[in-house]
Amino acid sequence: MDVTIKIRRYDPEAEQPGSYWESFDVSVADNATVLDALIKIREEMDGTLTLRCSCRSAICGSCAMRINGHAGLACKTALALAIDDNNSVTIEPAGVMRVIKDLAVDFELFWDKIRAVEPYLQPSGAEPEGEYIASNESMLHLSGVTACIMCGACVSDCTVLEVDPTFLGPAALAKAYRFTADPRDGNREGVSRERLRNLSEATGMWDCTRCNECVQACPKGVAPMDRIMGLREQALQAGFTNNNGARHTGAFTESVGHSGRLDELRLPIKSVGGVTNVAAMISYAPVGWRALTHGKMPPIRHKNVENVENVRRLFRKLEPELAGTQIGKNSPFG
Amino acid sequence: MKYAFFPGCVSQGAAPELYPAAVMICQRLGIELEEIPGWTCTGAGVMQERNQFFADTLNARNFAKAEEMGLPILTICSTCQGVMSQANKRMTRDPEYLAEINSHLAEEGLAYKGTAEPKHLLWIMIEDIGLDKVTDLVTRPLAGIRMAPFYGCYIVRPTEALDIEEHPERQTSLETLIETLGATVVDFEGKTRCCGFPILTINEKNSMAMVGKHTSEAKDLGADAMVTPCPLCHLNLDGYQPKASAQLKRSVDLPILHLPQAIGLAMGISPQELGLQKHIMSTQPLTVKLGAAH
Repeated sequence: MDVTIKIRRYDPEAEQPGSYWESFDVSVADNATVLDALIKIREEMDGTLTLRCSCRSAICGSCAMRINGHAGLACKTALALAIDDNNSVTIEPAGVMRVIKDLAVDFELFWDKIRAVEPYLQPSGAEPEGEYIASNESMLHLSGVTACIMCGACVSDCTVLEVDPTFLGPAALAKAYRFTADPRDGNREGVSRERLRNLSEATGMWDCTRCNECVQACPKGVAPMDRIMGLREQALQAGFTNNNGARHTGAFTESVGHSGRLDELRLPIKSVGGVTNVAAMISYAPVGWRALTHGKMPPIRHKNVENVENVRRLFRKLEPELAGTQIGKNSPFG
Repeated sequence: MKYAFFPGCVSQGAAPELYPAAVMICQRLGIELEEIPGWTCTGAGVMQERNQFFADTLNARNFAKAEEMGLPILTICSTCQGVMSQANKRMTRDPEYLAEINSHLAEEGLAYKGTAEPKHLLWIMIEDIGLDKVTDLVTRPLAGIRMAPFYGCYIVRPTEALDIEEHPERQTSLETLIETLGATVVDFEGKTRCCGFPILTINEKNSMAMVGKHTSEAKDLGADAMVTPCPLCHLNLDGYQPKASAQLKRSVDLPILHLPQAIGLAMGISPQELGLQKHIMSTQPLTVKLGAAH
């Protein structure tokens, strides 16, 4: 198979450092991986091409890079499936992290965040007299997230880290979940209150946009975003609800449970804690004014869907805590 | 062809221009729409954060009603598409889960059999209607217009929920459609990234940084407009562009079109009828260039 590998290169020691594209025409076996082709280029065509790799079996996590714009392991990607109609594939270093040279990036940001979530068991209270006992189910559940090989593919493609390097990011939050979901961590009931409190703060679980990039990028099926959703559920259950993220999902559910649909006028107000949040109300004013003057303000009077009683019945049954305080009483929705 | 119409909340709320524009172009395409009676919100991924089971039950309720109508589901919202597809996968691959959900729907006399196949108008135009039919209806080709596609997240990821393996053409559907309308595609990195809307009330600074990044990138590549199949992306990219632009400390001024509006323009429908005057970012430079001024 003859293919063209377009590589985004960077040499910090060049006279005028800057990234540039270089194409290599290479002949490889039909079942070659992207990594096979890169190694062949390095060994036979240009020994200065820099990349990390080791196991070639999707275990060591060294060769994460962007293949056709999306992060993945070069050793796990079949070249035949990656090439376009012109038998060409583009290779770039992983995103978000600083490029050192060619396809090698600096993992400092990655490890800083992993360290920040204190990735070790922290039981609170008195130690049990014997060994800690964890159920099979709980360990099976954790096996999905312990499959992480720290390759950084999820961090590379995270849409939040791209604009805000202070976000904890998908790898570290999934790692945090590995401990919050471990029955041996936290109090005797296995609730990791301290962790959940800290992760509910800014730069934590609520800053994720739910864009699914990390789910798509992860080569091991860890699905970091799903773990972040798991953290949110745990934090809400543990009572950490005094933040805009928690208020947003509560108010959203209440609006839909009560009226069947989303009340777009009241949701943003409830999410920031109500009209008494003067700073937020002032910041909404220009946006609200523009919407009003362009004839696109959501209706003041939010309507209920046809046969709304059936929706409310489900709301009361499946969300009793939220429904109990509002339905038929003083819900602002519907 | 006839469909069970699932318009989604935003097309009747904060983006009221979308609903009539979609209905208008569907009429011309010969797509008959019958709204699912009493449909509810899909949960938009937000309800799923606290109670996925409740959200899935509401989605099953919508699907069951569409099954009763005997019609496939058409939506005009990418977020609804993604959330419905994900919920549908959970239910159809786990009969016990579906049975539990159905036990809650039984009181209303409903049961979801698992046959729904929710599809966005974008996919329906290509897969069911055919681009030949669309081409026939293009009376004012968008020639000379440089248009940037903005997919957002839910209509492209996760690929497993969206049957992308069976339908690889879905990954380039927006570009295909832009070309069919006679416009030039402006390819840019941000086209499948997040618009920032889901964190608008949680981390506005990051949300605005995303809007600024994507709109300015497309603008710098010479885009006259951006088109999106997602009304939530539209809310952020259009409604919050002034704020994002202020944070970015530069002007962007990029008109953002809903997918049906771009199609409607190429079909010769007036910008006024398509509700372009309701946008926050003026669409006038675009319509003037197209010779279809307000």
